[in-house]
Amino acid sequence: MSPTSRFRTLRNGGAVELAAIPVVAVEEFRASVLRAAKAGLRLCALFARPVEGGTGLCSVLADDARGFLYTLFSEPTRAFRSLASDLPQAHLFEREIAESSDIAVSEHPWLKPVRMGFPDAAVFFRESGDEVHEVAVGPIHAGIIEPGHFRFQCHGETVHHLEIQLGYQHRGVEALLAGGPDRRCVFVAESISGDTAVGHALAYCSNLESLAGARASLRGEALRAAALELERLSDHTGDLGAMSGDVGFLPVAAYFGRLRGEFLNMLMALCGNRFGRGLVRPGGAAFDLTNAMAEDFSARLARARTDLNAISGLLFESASVLGRFDETGVVSRQTARDLGLVGLAARASGLDLDVRRDHPHGFYRFRHIPVVKIDSGDVYARAMLRHLESLRSLDFLEELIADLPRGAARAACPAPRPGRFAVCLVEGWRGEICHVAETGDDGRFRSYKIVDPSFHNWPAVAMAMRGGEISDFPLCNKSFNLSYAGHDL
Amino acid sequence: MWKILKTRFQQGYRTSDFPNGPSGLPERFRGRPVVSSRPCAAGCSACAESCPTQAIAISADKRVRLDLGKCLFCTECVTACPDGVIAYSADHRLAANKRSDLILSGEEARLASALDEKTRRLFGRSLKLREVCAGSCNGCEAELTVLNNVVFDLSRFGIQFVASPRHADGLVVTGPVTEHMRAALRAAYDAMPTPKIVIAVGACAVSGGPFAGSPQAHDGADSTVPVDLYIPGCPPHPLTILDGMLRLLGRLESPKDPKSVSS
Repeated sequence: MSPTSRFRTLRNGGAVELAAIPVVAVEEFRASVLRAAKAGLRLCALFARPVEGGTGLCSVLADDARGFLYTLFSEPTRAFRSLASDLPQAHLFEREIAESSDIAVSEHPWLKPVRMGFPDAAVFFRESGDEVHEVAVGPIHAGIIEPGHFRFQCHGETVHHLEIQLGYQHRGVEALLAGGPDRRCVFVAESISGDTAVGHALAYCSNLESLAGARASLRGEALRAAALELERLSDHTGDLGAMSGDVGFLPVAAYFGRLRGEFLNMLMALCGNRFGRGLVRPGGAAFDLTNAMAEDFSARLARARTDLNAISGLLFESASVLGRFDETGVVSRQTARDLGLVGLAARASGLDLDVRRDHPHGFYRFRHIPVVKIDSGDVYARAMLRHLESLRSLDFLEELIADLPRGAARAACPAPRPGRFAVCLVEGWRGEICHVAETGDDGRFRSYKIVDPSFHNWPAVAMAMRGGEISDFPLCNKSFNLSYAGHDL
Repeated sequence: MWKILKTRFQQGYRTSDFPNGPSGLPERFRGRPVVSSRPCAAGCSACAESCPTQAIAISADKRVRLDLGKCLFCTECVTACPDGVIAYSADHRLAANKRSDLILSGEEARLASALDEKTRRLFGRSLKLREVCAGSCNGCEAELTVLNNVVFDLSRFGIQFVASPRHADGLVVTGPVTEHMRAALRAAYDAMPTPKIVIAVGACAVSGGPFAGSPQAHDGADSTVPVDLYIPGCPPHPLTILDGMLRLLGRLESPKDPKSVSS
């Protein structure tokens, strides 16, 4: 029997009738997910969904080599035996199920709140022994950043264990979307994680389109892809600057900081907002790029490329920077695979994953972008990957803007059809954004599930710190730069 | 070393002329909305119905009122209105001292005024701020961080972000104040020595923004701490934040001066 025979097959950005998705008993659901994962499929989402007569489970797995998604439902249940011991990438999903539904999760190795309980009340792993000490940081940190709590078990300077407790940013995003679509939903989607407004809006709007059986206009798709790459460029260059600052290389930090602003200002020129809010809308893009703007953008991108190469040159040729970046915060390829890491963090640990190539949707079906990966899994890999990916995004954008498809920027998008199920993956700058939407008989969202790439990747920050020095924590954390708000929803 | 100096030369001088230079904001930038003071001829409520945050109300005499504190600066109402009652200007100045000053109904903008003389003497030339993110999506933090870069260079105005509330004269709050951050926000406020000020940055901190009414959040900073300056926007442009802070310190004199803008 094929490992995916129980599942319903989907393409990224597609929708199916709810009735077409198999519903199996919970033990069979469990065995099927495990079998598919053993065969090399990756867990994109595992969550509880309201069904008639209680709460059922839903899983979405990805076959990255073949470009298929697989989904399966369980019958309503009150209990679920944890997969986490066999499938570590399920551990956070199961903790989420336990706290947000009436399904009790048994045999979980470390069952505690993800975001619903008061984070301060959580239990932490503790080490004891001579000269072992504990360092607690947060929720409020020293810089202008989001809140989260970090608990280190240290021996001298060496970190033995780091436990990260989030949940402070929980705003109830999924609950606000359920019952939609309404006039507020797309704005909530843009506010899931502020530096990924384009990425999340894109996943949300693609789902609305596929639920309605509509398509975005081709030019709209191209403009969305342009915005997504501009978002990637702004965040990648901003992070390179922040990492330069964390190792004390201030001129480079300042140059990168300014360069990041150039990309944000291009988004503002396009749609009036530096983070691309208001651009991605169902059916396409709400703003078009005029010919004069396209010429201006080409010139700005060429200047940005010159600046990026010059500034990155300074960073990566400096021996004292490499001394801090090399072999710091290593996440092995095996760990990355076990934890189900996605995006930049996965590619820096040698995993060959990228939604833009593996599950192309929107304009990425027509114009491809080469995937970069590095094997060393350290801070250097995550920094260098940002530089290389920025160059690829510049190539992509320069070609795209010089040759935009004609036609309208936005097509009509009717209301969603009832009784449908849609999945959309988007390769945001951090990695895979996964939105799963389901409509009830009235055509409204019965459930709306969001998985930000940070949800997959936060455990990697803890693993990167093991055996490292506590003084390297800011640099390690910045090398991932994960979203607290995207995780907490 | 030679390469560092060469790059420094190539990068040039990047600090903006604010507050004296011209606006470098692009044509599509959406600044302060302008609401017509005449009664709405169309007589519909399309603008109010289109607004994602219920920022628009229509009075009995058909005059439109827009709450800048709830506004996400999207284009829904402008597109919906058949009568052109609402339009965006390029004016980046939005901050106000009182929540009620953010309700626009055709009259002139009621921009923030300076702190009282005594507080201004204390903070006017040196203001240390502690930022607390209480459920923000990180968009407002991004724009606050940008104030420290070479373009906006906040420290030339004597304003700095510090690591501890114990070192701070004021708190900058972002986010709608989630239930899980409420106690920490209160603790940070209490930890600051008096006199102290609070600045709410962004639609979430002013009114709850897109999360208004969520059972997990408290509709803004003033649910938990007293606020001295409201800076609307989603997120506010760095110049909008800078303008608000400098007005509070009495560093920008005339609220009517239209040229206090730059890129």
